[in-house]
Amino acid sequence: MKMISRFGLGLLLSSSLVTAHADDVKIGMITTLSGGGSHLGVDVRDGFMLALEQSGRDDVEVLIQDDANRPDLARSLANEFMQRDEVDILTGIIWSNLAMAVVPTVTRQGTFYLSPNAGPSDLAGRMCHENYFNVAYQNDNLHGAMGAYMREEGYERPIIMAPNYPAGTDALAGFKHLYEGEVVGELYTQMGQTDYAAEIAQIRDSDADSLFFFLPGGMGISFMKQWESSGVDMPIFGAAFSFDEILIKAVGSAAIGARNTSLWAYDLENEANDRFVEGFQAAYDRMPTLYAAQGYDTANLILSALETAHPDDKDAFREALRAADFDSVRGEFRFGPNQHPIQDIYVREVVEGDDGEPTNRLIGVAIEDIQDVYYEQCQM
Amino acid sequence: MSVTLLIEQLLNGVQLGTMLFLMASGLTLVFGVMGLINLAHGSFYMVGAYATAAVTASTGSFLIGLGAGMAAAAMVGALVELLVIRRLYHRPHLDQVLATFALILIFSEGTRWIFGSSPMRLSPPSWLTGFVTLPGDTRYPIYRLMLIGVGIVISIALYFLISKTRLGMRIRAGESDREMIGALGVNISKLYTVVFALGAGLAGLAGALVGALQSVQVGMGEPVLILAFVVIVIGGIGSIKGALLGALLVGVVDTLGRVYLPIFFRAFMPPSEATGVGAALAAMLIYILMAVILAFKPKGLFSAHD
Repeated sequence: MKMISRFGLGLLLSSSLVTAHADDVKIGMITTLSGGGSHLGVDVRDGFMLALEQSGRDDVEVLIQDDANRPDLARSLANEFMQRDEVDILTGIIWSNLAMAVVPTVTRQGTFYLSPNAGPSDLAGRMCHENYFNVAYQNDNLHGAMGAYMREEGYERPIIMAPNYPAGTDALAGFKHLYEGEVVGELYTQMGQTDYAAEIAQIRDSDADSLFFFLPGGMGISFMKQWESSGVDMPIFGAAFSFDEILIKAVGSAAIGARNTSLWAYDLENEANDRFVEGFQAAYDRMPTLYAAQGYDTANLILSALETAHPDDKDAFREALRAADFDSVRGEFRFGPNQHPIQDIYVREVVEGDDGEPTNRLIGVAIEDIQDVYYEQCQM
Repeated sequence: MSVTLLIEQLLNGVQLGTMLFLMASGLTLVFGVMGLINLAHGSFYMVGAYATAAVTASTGSFLIGLGAGMAAAAMVGALVELLVIRRLYHRPHLDQVLATFALILIFSEGTRWIFGSSPMRLSPPSWLTGFVTLPGDTRYPIYRLMLIGVGIVISIALYFLISKTRLGMRIRAGESDREMIGALGVNISKLYTVVFALGAGLAGLAGALVGALQSVQVGMGEPVLILAFVVIVIGGIGSIKGALLGALLVGVVDTLGRVYLPIFFRAFMPPSEATGVGAALAAMLIYILMAVILAFKPKGLFSAHD
C-alpha cells in the first residue's frame, strides 16, 4: 500500500516535471466554425495558424473551440480556457455581440484579449481596457471610409441601407459621419431578411444617384442577386463584409462593378502580403479573405511581442503589443491610444478575374490613417 | 408613393405568398393527415436548394437542376418518414418537436460537412433574367413573374390532386378520421409516406426556386419555416385552402407593411426615427395579424378539424 502511494506520488511528480515548461505560451481561440457565416471563423483560424506555422515556433500552443455564434457558449468557453487551461491570451471572436459578452470579463481578470474581427464601439470607447487590443478595425471604419470616398467621387444623392440591429445602425451612422452631406433616404431591413423586392422598388422610386449598403453574409448575396435582375441602373457601394472572395463567388456576375472598402486586399503590394497570400494559397488551396488577413496579423502581432516579453510579465508584454512591431499584410499599422488600429482603408472593385469568376481588384485608397471617433471616451 | 410602386409591391407580396404556399401546403398536409408537427420541414427546403445548385453546376441546366432538387427533397422526405417520423405518430407533440428539431441540426451540420460552410452559387438561367415592362411603366423581374406562375400552377395541380383523385380522397379521409380509413383497409403507412414525400418535394421546389433568387446556405430554411407556421395557423391547421389564403395574406401584408409603415410614420415624425419605428413595427406586423385573426377565429380561417 505504501509502495503504491509512493509510486503514485513519483509518477505525479515526474509528469508535472515533463509538462511544466514555464515559458510555453498558451493561446485560446474562440471562433465561429459551424452554422451560418462560419466561413469568417474558418478564415480567421486558418490565417492565424498559417502565421504560427511560418514562424516555426514550437513553444506556442493554440487551443481552438467553436462558439457556434452563441454568446452564452462563447462565454462559458472563455471561462473554461481561463480557469481550466490557464491560457495567457484569448482571441478569435467574430461577432460584436459575442465580443461584448466575453471581452470585458476576460480583460478584467487579467488575461489578454486580441480581437481579430469584431470592433464594437463600446470596447473602443467607454469600456476600453489595457488588456484589450483590436487588430482588425473599429466597426465604423470601413463604412466611414466609404462615405469619404463617395463624397470625393462626387456622388450627391446616395440612398443607404442596413439591417435594423446595433451594427447596422452604427454602420449608417459611421457612413453619414464622414460623408458629411444629405442622404436621400435610409432603409432599415430586418435581420436575416432574404427578400429585398420591397426595398429595391423603393430605391427605384427614389431619385438617388448611388446606393450604399451594409448587408453582411447571406443577406448581401440575396440582395445583389435580386438587384441584378431588377433593372435598376445605379452604382453600388459597400464595406468588404458583403464582398469577401467567398461571398462574391456565390453571388456571381451580379457583384461585378460594385466598389467596396477594405483594410486589406490580396493584390496589395508589400513583402508581408506576398508571403501571406502565397502561403495561404499553398496551404489551403483557396483565396484568402480579409478575415484570414486579420487572423494572420493577429498571430504575427503576438509573435512579435513574444520576442521581447512573456505574457506572464504583463506590463512588459502589453508594452510590446502596443509597439505593434510587426510587418502587417495591410502596410502601415499602428495603435491609437485606445489600442485600436490607425490604418489606411482601401477601395476595391469587383471585376471578372482571369478564370471568369468575380474577384476584387485594388483601385485606390479611400482614406488615410483613419482613427475611430470613440478614443476620446476611453479612460485607461 | 406612386401607383407603379404600389403595383410592384402588390406583385412582390403575391410572389412571396406563392412561395410561402409551397412551404405551408406540405406542412399543413402533414399536420392535418398525420397529426405531426414537423420542424424539419425547412431542412427539405435547404436540401432542394443544395441539390439544385449542385446539379445545375454540373449539368449547366437550371431545369434539370430544379427537377433533381425536387426529387432529392422528396426522396430525403420519404427516407426520413420511413426511418424517423414513422416512430413519432403515436408520441406526444413534445417528442415530435424534439425529434424533428434534432433532424434540423443533423441536416444543417450534414450539409455543411458535405458542401462546406460557404454559400453555394445558384443563379436563374439567362432566359429568366432581366425584367418586363408592365402596363403603367412598372418594371418587374421576369424571374419573379415566373415564380408567381409556378405558384398558381402548383395550387391548381394540388386542387385537382386533392379533390379529383383517389389519392386526394384518401388524404381528405385521413384528415377527417385517421383511424377509420385504416380500418377500411387503406394502406395507411404507405399513404403517410407518400404525403410526407409530397410535402417535402414541394418544400424542396420552393427552396430551389427561391435559392436562385437569394442565397443557398446552411440554415436557409428556418426563417421560412417560421413564416410557414404563421401561415398555417392563420389559414387553419390542415387546410390547403387556408394555407393558400394565409400565404397570400402574409405575403402581401408583410411586403406592404415594410414599405408603407416607415412612409406613414414619416408624416408626423423625424425621418430617422420614423424609419426605425416603421421597420420595427413592420417586423411585428404579421404576428399582430395572426393574433387578431386568432382572437376572432381561434382555429384559423379554415379549420380542417371543426
